[in-house]
Amino acid sequence: MSDLLTIIEHDGKAQKGKDPNLPASELQQLYRLLVTTRLLDERGLAMQRQGRIGFYLQSTGQEASHLGAAYALKASDWLFPAYRQPGILLLRGVDLDQIVCEWLGNSGDTSKGRQMPVHYSFRQANFVSISSPIGTQLSHATGAGMAAKIRGDDTVFMTFCGDGGTSSNDFHSGLNFAGVYKAPVVFVVENNGWAISVPCAQQTASESLAIKAQAYGMPGVRVDGNDLLAVYRVCRQAVDRARAGEGPTLVESVTYRMASHSSSDDAARYRDAKQYEAWKQKDPIARFQAYLKHKKLWDPAFEAEVVDTAKARIAAAVERAEARPAMTPDTLFDDVYMNLTPQLAEQRQQLRELMQQGGVGADVGHFPL
Amino acid sequence: MTATETKAGDKRPGQKVMTMLEAITDALRTEMQNDDRVVVFGEDVGKKGGVFGATMGLHEQFGEQRCFDTPLSECGIVGTAVGMAVYGLRPVAEIQFLDFIYPAFDQIVSEAAKMRYRSGGEYTCPMVIRSPYGGGIRGGHYHSQSSEAYFCHTPGLKVVIPSTPADAKGLLISSIRDEDPVVFLEPKRIYRHGKGDVPLGEHVVALGKARIARAGNDVTILCYGAMVPVCEQAADAVAGRSIEILDLRTLVPLDEQAVVDSVRKTGRCVIVQEAPKTCGYGAELAAIVAEKCIEYLEGPVVRVTGFDTPFPYALEHLYMPDSKRVLAGIDKTFHW
Repeated sequence: MSDLLTIIEHDGKAQKGKDPNLPASELQQLYRLLVTTRLLDERGLAMQRQGRIGFYLQSTGQEASHLGAAYALKASDWLFPAYRQPGILLLRGVDLDQIVCEWLGNSGDTSKGRQMPVHYSFRQANFVSISSPIGTQLSHATGAGMAAKIRGDDTVFMTFCGDGGTSSNDFHSGLNFAGVYKAPVVFVVENNGWAISVPCAQQTASESLAIKAQAYGMPGVRVDGNDLLAVYRVCRQAVDRARAGEGPTLVESVTYRMASHSSSDDAARYRDAKQYEAWKQKDPIARFQAYLKHKKLWDPAFEAEVVDTAKARIAAAVERAEARPAMTPDTLFDDVYMNLTPQLAEQRQQLRELMQQGGVGADVGHFPL
Repeated sequence: MTATETKAGDKRPGQKVMTMLEAITDALRTEMQNDDRVVVFGEDVGKKGGVFGATMGLHEQFGEQRCFDTPLSECGIVGTAVGMAVYGLRPVAEIQFLDFIYPAFDQIVSEAAKMRYRSGGEYTCPMVIRSPYGGGIRGGHYHSQSSEAYFCHTPGLKVVIPSTPADAKGLLISSIRDEDPVVFLEPKRIYRHGKGDVPLGEHVVALGKARIARAGNDVTILCYGAMVPVCEQAADAVAGRSIEILDLRTLVPLDEQAVVDSVRKTGRCVIVQEAPKTCGYGAELAAIVAEKCIEYLEGPVVRVTGFDTPFPYALEHLYMPDSKRVLAGIDKTFHW
């Protein structure tokens, strides 16, 4: 089980017979997405540090893992993500403005400011609302897969969790049900080594995470998560298999959380710097860049254009997003139910009256404490 | 408030005498016929038809895709139901006993209840969790609890509890048609008692509307589920006083107007629940009465409840409110 499927060698060459030979334009577009995701992440953390947003969760180091995985899907397929797959939003054409508005929780946020930053929901991208409790989305993907089978749709569902997520109740429930009902689901476990401060070795005594698939009657594959092509290839097989009615697959994508858990965490307190340095040498973006270079699809001018374009787009998106007005107070009571209940209507009225008197809501909470 | 409501324009349906269980099966069958998005599942609900028989015959009639057994995992049952609902089905999940629902609590509270709100209305979760609940069947604490308050305390959930066969059918159909997640609790003690007329075919009882089970002028009793017949028994035994019994039917959203109107009329209020006393649903009712009826009250608001103990086995008959305790409660509103 320790076999790790890899395609791109460290010198950038693809292993013989394994290169999916994606068209040049798609490869360059994927590189653009990797770089933009990384830069967006840097900007998100910077904005948190500047006090412009309350919280941020980075995905640095995991860009190839989730982009490679989601690239295997059709646009009509659904995602039940965890919180470290922001590149998928860019892949699916979500506007940068909308992403930054989500961080700000303002009137441009499709989630109406209801969640902490990075807990995205984009129906236009079939990207289902993210929650903080770990692993709950795995059962949702299975249920949606069961529903698609019942309706006779050929939609495939991809869901993500981390190594910590494999210890959750829903990892067991979600995979167990998916196995029993042969649900068209691809479970991608991004094993980034750490669940906040707890290393993977303390999550499980299993020899790998992929091996857990055996208990649920589905294939388990272990892939180099910093190799976009390898993740794509494995997930493509899993997606095709699901669409053909052959059931779910568990993919363990071995990668590394290069940043701290969140803006509230400092990994230096519990993580050996040497480990970080070793993984830094395996940076997934550098790896893909080497592959492109080998294919003569990358040169410094292309790099400069990609970086400059991404930075300019992000800067413009931040500027526009920050100019948007805040959510209006009344929206606090919307979407609890489809219709406002009499109780909520009364509470809304009470808040309106208090606000008219002034002074209410002056004590704004701050995060982190 | 009306006892039962049928959809305007419907031809007057026939009636049939049914138990609450039969009425629940009839509701499920009716909605499965009406709407092919409705799927029914849970532990033993398929071929066996449920441990109480609530889904009897549905597997046979609608097939494996529409009514099926699941692995023994409440977390998985509710978690997959959320996914089905988000994708566009109308799942009706059975939790075999409410006492076993706790592994699914995270899915109910963190996911089903919050999906609409947290996604800004982009994703919704129209699903029903049906579960038999409550005591009086000598089931000990793992087959008897009334834990409705946990769910009432969670914004985003609706909580519905019928007390008659006709309401069980009409409320369950409304719950399945509702656009939000509904916890539908079935008082199993009266599953097979108290048969009643149930309209055949289309029959809808709106959520959020209480029912005046008995009209009166001197004391209001607020109750729901299996406590309704207990309160009726108590009212029968009261001499010289006129008792109004309000069967709440929907705990969330509560028909607060009906509560307030009744208590303002009678000036006295007894709240009856079989759940433990502290922080029970009755506490919320008492607070509403205190906030909105204080100037009309002629006596203290009295709660008649289960005790703050785990649900007992051998002494169940002492734990559960009975008509004697309800009578004592009524008395307290006059003598204090």
